Amino acid sequence: MEHPERRWHDMGGDAAGPVPMDSHDFAIWEKRVDALVILGQQRGHFTVDGLRRALEDMGEQAFESMTYYERWVASLNQNLIEAGVYTLEELGTKMEEVKARGDTYGAVQS
Amino acid sequence: MTLSPGTKVRIKTMVPLGHIRTPHYLRGKTGVVERVLGPFKNPEQLAYMVPAPTRTLYRVRFEMGHIWPDAEAPQDTLDAEIYEHWIDQDAP
Amino acid sequence: MPHDHHDHLSPSGHPYRQDNDGALTYWQTMEIAIRELMIEKGELTPAQIQEQIDAMDARSPANGAAVVARAWTDPDFKKRLLENGSDAAREMGFDIGPMHLVAVENTSDTHNLIVCTLCSCYPRNLLGLPPDWYKTREYRSRAVREPRAVLREFGVELPESTTLRVHDSTADMRYIVLPARPVGTENLNAEDLAKLVTRDSMIGTGLPKAP
Repeated sequence: MEHPERRWHDMGGDAAGPVPMDSHDFAIWEKRVDALVILGQQRGHFTVDGLRRALEDMGEQAFESMTYYERWVASLNQNLIEAGVYTLEELGTKMEEVKARGDTYGAVQS
Repeated sequence: MTLSPGTKVRIKTMVPLGHIRTPHYLRGKTGVVERVLGPFKNPEQLAYMVPAPTRTLYRVRFEMGHIWPDAEAPQDTLDAEIYEHWIDQDAP
Repeated sequence: MPHDHHDHLSPSGHPYRQDNDGALTYWQTMEIAIRELMIEKGELTPAQIQEQIDAMDARSPANGAAVVARAWTDPDFKKRLLENGSDAAREMGFDIGPMHLVAVENTSDTHNLIVCTLCSCYPRNLLGLPPDWYKTREYRSRAVREPRAVLREFGVELPESTTLRVHDSTADMRYIVLPARPVGTENLNAEDLAKLVTRDSMIGTGLPKAP
């Protein structure tokens, strides 16, 4: 690592290309992630700083390859696991259960 | 001691590994306290869910020409929020 | 397994958007699992989650535009806004939660630009969710180093004599630009003025529309 003292997310001042101006409307699953992140903080399980800490620790590859709310749900999960809200076993079991319900987001809602 | 607006301050050059809110590009740079924002819990502890005492948070103003020698308009400014423990008290 | 996509309605009774009909992703599965686990454990109720979504959906740049237009027409309010943006926004009835809002004023010789280089802090509790470009590497990297070049990409050419003040939201404050009132608007009321205030003019990457 050439500059271990400078972490990937600390990008102010870097050279980069033109600002991409395209945008998208948020999907319902993204809005739900947003809501869970706010409510998880209101429940006292983590802070916005903890959310950012996990996002930073995911690394640059995650920033480049995952969407914003994909990274948010991963960070939310990291913080809730650390807070003991649920276990990885519970998460894994529930995700299998969800997947077995169907093959689209709309179809697998309980 | 709370620093008054107008006080010249230098940002520390330290580089601890972890969740910090002082950007790399301001390390070692000199600016002026623009305003005192008050006490805020230290995010460097909040991020890890450990007890987080408050620290005074300042808005510090830097000149673009000081941060970036090749700045297009050196008289333009950059304001950032800096916690008291990132201000180098020993700097002249 | 064939099924009719259109049979599925969201909890609010509306059809799901197109992108809910794509193949279920790992991250979507995780969102559903986390949500259901939190409900099962009594952490949250479905109603609370929907209320939070509705609260965020209700926030939009129109809220900030109303604040700006009020400041243009009410000098005492403008003074209060510049002293304490949070209190001024709450005074107008906006639920901004615990957000600490700082308003920075554009004048005939000063222009302000907001960025967050470390993540993508944004006054979302007033303006709603940020535009995608605000969260990009390109904007976060360049806005503090070559802000005038970035502004040119947004179609804003600042005169050399204008001082540009860039604000990096590094900690607990969130920023909104109070744009300069456009010339030729002396006869407009606050409601009509608000229509001239764009989202980008409150971030500093744009100017208000001409009347």
